[in-house]
Amino acid sequence: MTTTGIAAAARPPAVEVHGVHKWFGGRRVLDGVSLTVAPGTVTVILGRSGSGKSTLLRVLNHLEKPEAGHVSIGGEPIGVRRQGNRLRELRESAILAQRSRIGFVFQNFNLFPHLTLLDNVAAAPVATGRLSRQQAQTLARELLTRVGLGDRTGAYPRQLSGGQQQRVAIARALALRPGVILFDEPTSALDPELVGEVLSVIRDLATGGTTLVIVTHEIGFAREVADEIVFLHEGRIVEQGPPARVLDRPEHPRTREFLSRVL
Amino acid sequence: MTESLLLSAPARPSGPPGPDGRVLPLRRPGRWAAGFVVLVLVSQAAHGLITNPFYQWARFAYWFARPVVLDGLLITLQVTAYSAVLGLAGGVLLALCRLSGSPVLRSVSWTYVWLFRSVPLIVVLLFLYNLGALYPTLGIGIPFGPAFLTFDESRLATDIVVAVAGLSLCEAAYAAEVVRAGVLSVDQGQHEAAAALGLPRRYRFARIVFPQALRSIVPSYVNQLIGLLKATSLVFYVSLLDLFGTVQNLAGTYPGDVVPLLLVATVWYVVLTSLVSVAQFYVERYYARGALRTVAPTPLQRARAGLRDLRIRFRKETAR
Repeated sequence: MTTTGIAAAARPPAVEVHGVHKWFGGRRVLDGVSLTVAPGTVTVILGRSGSGKSTLLRVLNHLEKPEAGHVSIGGEPIGVRRQGNRLRELRESAILAQRSRIGFVFQNFNLFPHLTLLDNVAAAPVATGRLSRQQAQTLARELLTRVGLGDRTGAYPRQLSGGQQQRVAIARALALRPGVILFDEPTSALDPELVGEVLSVIRDLATGGTTLVIVTHEIGFAREVADEIVFLHEGRIVEQGPPARVLDRPEHPRTREFLSRVL
Repeated sequence: MTESLLLSAPARPSGPPGPDGRVLPLRRPGRWAAGFVVLVLVSQAAHGLITNPFYQWARFAYWFARPVVLDGLLITLQVTAYSAVLGLAGGVLLALCRLSGSPVLRSVSWTYVWLFRSVPLIVVLLFLYNLGALYPTLGIGIPFGPAFLTFDESRLATDIVVAVAGLSLCEAAYAAEVVRAGVLSVDQGQHEAAAALGLPRRYRFARIVFPQALRSIVPSYVNQLIGLLKATSLVFYVSLLDLFGTVQNLAGTYPGDVVPLLLVATVWYVVLTSLVSVAQFYVERYYARGALRTVAPTPLQRARAGLRDLRIRFRKETAR
């Protein structure tokens, strides 16, 4: 299944969002968002706080259930299945299996504090039954080395700096060999001097050909790595395109206003 | 270069305050006086405890490890152990029901906790003791339909079963709240991270959420456990001879030894509670892994460090 999944992913778009609506109580957070992300590209979502960026990202791996519309990753609908011309909710175990093919990196890292770095990274491949404990630990060592923490495998997350913790969180997401990795403001909880080390790990992933969707406030970084910039305002995509166009010649007044404030 | 020159310049007013740079600690005569008074009072109390003939320490020594007392102690330990395990298991189950998405499970769990926290333990015990009269046989079968298996309750419900059942039923209600509080204390981000990694539900609870919840469950549950240990003295009323029951019985036979017998029970309960507290320290320390940057030293490590400090200080003082 996994090999055909990877082969198939070359053809359909990596991520498709079809008219997603999301309400929190009486407040509309996403208002008919549609988006297509090509495989192997980097998409950066920009927007003011409260514009729905994080919610959109969380809808992508079904941490938030959309009220209308749906998301497909690698051509497969997430959290739902087609039944005739209707969509039906999937069982939890099926949703969990889908999530394990989508990496997610949180703003607050959310590492498991009671596990060592090695176990943090090795837990998911073992728990989902993909690798033996031995194999998972070898992989975890490899990934921790790749993010520059190969010598700290026995440490606990709280013994690390924020930047180091976020690098471990990225290694943990990579351990499931996801087709798509979603980053929810990965550097917003970090001290300015620690931002660079995390961005450089993400940059390596971007050049390595993994499909990335990143919510960030780092405009400079967005300009450097993004293939596509999506600007969200009040739950709608108001502007979308390559960084050279959206960041340098924004057309929508909201985008202009936002960029003039952050640049 | 200039820096070292400046530092070596002698007799600068901003130099170190004393000849060896040491700050002399503040003298605290009030603390010394208070300490002295308290020590006098404590030694007076200890002296009274030892010399007052009222306590009859010789009789205490006679009774302390009598086989009949140890039998009672064993019953106390058995009832406590079974009820603690069953109570915690029931508590986890009730807490999971309470936290589940099903309104039926939630309200049943809530009602159970409400009921068993409202009814005094002694009432529950006496109720169970007399249950045989209400339901002479128990059976397993189709609800409201025929039964396949039936038990004669008078044979099934021995005294110890009644005691353990009553204590476990009550204990589960309290344990449920302790466990629920523990699970709620785990950061929402942990649930989300586990969900985002696609970890199966059981794994998520058993390996991610529960171990973190235990950090706050352990101190409260040990509190519960110590309460339970002492609550077992109530099983005397369902004619089970635990430590307290035995002592009570013996006091009836030897009226002159009431005080030493009560002391025997007291000392045993203190010993058991102390053992539980020691176990608590190490269990808490185990579950603090990762939650603290450095784990607190064990008393043994602390004693060693203290001795080392003392030795160093002594050496310094003698070298002076």
